[in-house]
Amino acid sequence: MKTLNKEAKQKETAKTVKISGAEAVLNCLLAEGADLAFGYPGGAIMPVYDEIYKYREKFHHVLTRHEQGAIHAAQGFARVTGKPGIVFATSGPGATNLVTGIADAQIDSTPLVCITGQVASHLLGSDAFQETDIIGISTPVTKWNYQVTKASEIPEVIAKAFYIAKSGRPGPVLIDITKDAQFGELDFSYKKCEKIRSYRAIPKFDTKKVKEAATLINSAKKPFIVWGQGVIIGEAEQEFKNFIEKTNIPSACTGLGLSALDTAHPLNVGMVGMHGNYAPNVLTNSCDVLIAIGMRFDDRVTGNLETYAKQAKVIHLEIDPSEIDKNVKTDIAVLGSVKETLVDIMQYVNKGDHSEWMKEFDKLYQIEKETVIDDQLNPIKQGLTMGEVLSGINKETKGDAVIVTDVGQHQMFAWRYANFTKTRSNVTSGGLGTMGFALPAAIGAKLGVPNREVIAIIGDGGYQMTCNELGTILQTRAAVKIVVLNNGYLGMVRQWQELFFDKRYASTEMVSPDFVKLAESYDIEAQRVSSRGNLAQAIKTMVQSKESYFLEVVIEKEDNVFPMIPTGASVSDIRLS
Amino acid sequence: MEEIINFTFSVYTENNVGILNRLSAIFLKRHINIESMSVSKSEIENVHRFTFVVNIPEVLARKVAGQLEKQIEVIRAFYHTQDEIIYNETALFKISSEHLYDEKLQKKFKFRRAHILTITENYFVIEASGTKENIDKMYRKLKPYGLLQFVRSGRIAITRPKMAISELLQEFN
Repeated sequence: MKTLNKEAKQKETAKTVKISGAEAVLNCLLAEGADLAFGYPGGAIMPVYDEIYKYREKFHHVLTRHEQGAIHAAQGFARVTGKPGIVFATSGPGATNLVTGIADAQIDSTPLVCITGQVASHLLGSDAFQETDIIGISTPVTKWNYQVTKASEIPEVIAKAFYIAKSGRPGPVLIDITKDAQFGELDFSYKKCEKIRSYRAIPKFDTKKVKEAATLINSAKKPFIVWGQGVIIGEAEQEFKNFIEKTNIPSACTGLGLSALDTAHPLNVGMVGMHGNYAPNVLTNSCDVLIAIGMRFDDRVTGNLETYAKQAKVIHLEIDPSEIDKNVKTDIAVLGSVKETLVDIMQYVNKGDHSEWMKEFDKLYQIEKETVIDDQLNPIKQGLTMGEVLSGINKETKGDAVIVTDVGQHQMFAWRYANFTKTRSNVTSGGLGTMGFALPAAIGAKLGVPNREVIAIIGDGGYQMTCNELGTILQTRAAVKIVVLNNGYLGMVRQWQELFFDKRYASTEMVSPDFVKLAESYDIEAQRVSSRGNLAQAIKTMVQSKESYFLEVVIEKEDNVFPMIPTGASVSDIRLS
Repeated sequence: MEEIINFTFSVYTENNVGILNRLSAIFLKRHINIESMSVSKSEIENVHRFTFVVNIPEVLARKVAGQLEKQIEVIRAFYHTQDEIIYNETALFKISSEHLYDEKLQKKFKFRRAHILTITENYFVIEASGTKENIDKMYRKLKPYGLLQFVRSGRIAITRPKMAISELLQEFN
């Protein structure tokens, strides 16, 4: 036995090579199949950047113009590919500049592996130059974080980081590596992490619960599905489609669930939530069984919880046990991966016919169409609407593009009016609502799926938060299409000021530079459209361009996005005007 | 208003740097004040046990436990009402030696779970242990003698119901 162990040990030793901690970082990433990172160098991460230089044939690094740009780009990459986005930043301000993106990724379940440099371990806690406690700062907004102080820890910690970021409900992980650990040497060997004893990535699957859920679904007269991003993250789009097509249940999505099912699918009744569609919101309070699939009952989805679907039995298919009963009391919780559940449930659910119930959705859709949608898509007013821009984009892209949105009115218009035919096509900042997200996220998305059309839709406010990333486009030549919908206001806040603060437009009017000249200064072809007659051609030119293209559309200044569920109101009290 | 209940959380975790921060952040983000806390080894090797005491409604306790348990290095988080646990707190009272032979004072702790830990020329120290209420009572009685120092520990608690951590760890692996 002893001899055997010795042999085994020798065998293992033979596989190791002595390298620096910094080089180990690169080797670990390559072993995980990650060969693209977004970042910004600085003092405490220089040993890693030195290796990035040496590995430049195998490993690509995108230099953004700010660390926030790097992390949003990594998020965009992760959202379109499903792979963890990789971010590098230095200590101190480099690390703190990542925090918004980390929080965004945490709330939207986006897998990220962020690697920050840290001052040398003997300086920790001494307020050294560019020292900040990024572990302390990032703890509440990371799925996991860890400070490495010895080179020998690097392979195991990075393996854990990848496993944690990707598995179960994904999320951001931050690894802080002291400079001496980057310089230090280790005997390198890499083994992927497959389990962690204190962490159960996917909760135990309970067939009994699946059967209970199926029985309830089979007995439902007015069943209604609300699906979320869990369907996309769990790669369960096909299983989801099979399930709804067998049961014939009208299905609506959350903002982040968009694109998991074709917009045009006959059972797709639109989007729920604050600016969602009229029918699914109103009928949430009429259904008898509400089936929530891979979603978390965000307050922007539910409105007032006291009046949310009180008449319905609630079934919740969810991977994260802490989401069960967090906001909405569930009658049957089916824990596990959505994919596994949807496969299993097919043998128990009956073929359904809910055509009468479906007619109620159609009826309410007609009301929304006449009062809201027609006005947006076929406007008779002089000013351009955001809806007609989206409609024009749909026409040119046939709904095949990845639509990356920022935060605000334009985002709601894009969610409402963009057509999706492929999954992972809606990249947006949902839970955190991070203005400035779209431009860098679109760059990351384009580099993640270079063969797809990637169109960033951004407001004039959010654009100016991260338009420095035009420099990243200049340097990478990422063929991102940028549409700025300019209404001269921080439109969503202005809308609220109009509706709830007697039109006191406090600090929402925005004076902007010449966006076309700005884009041109970065060698990006650009044009501005302010009349309806030129819109279609401009969109066509943009979509047909092989390079990055900037299009500014001057929008009606005080247009509002409707329907709307005012804060604290019930989903069924959604306003059409 | 939902009823506020005194809950004792027992959280079994790995023994790593930074876990306390991660756990306290869960209470912080819901604006919950931690009444007491203690941390030590547990019955399982390399597994630590945090004991938090908080006053919150039951529905919130369940959500907090879920969010604690969701942390990667947390093995399990339990919460218990007072009657589900056997618990203890310890307090030290430092009192000026002039009161040492005060009979009234001696009577106050004679029949309780309290004893004199040390006596010097200038002061003596009483150690008391028991429930929060026992110690509060002791505190009220000793306060008039002028406490030079007072300190009490966080709660430590053993639960009456079984907490199957070892089995759970096996199941995880």
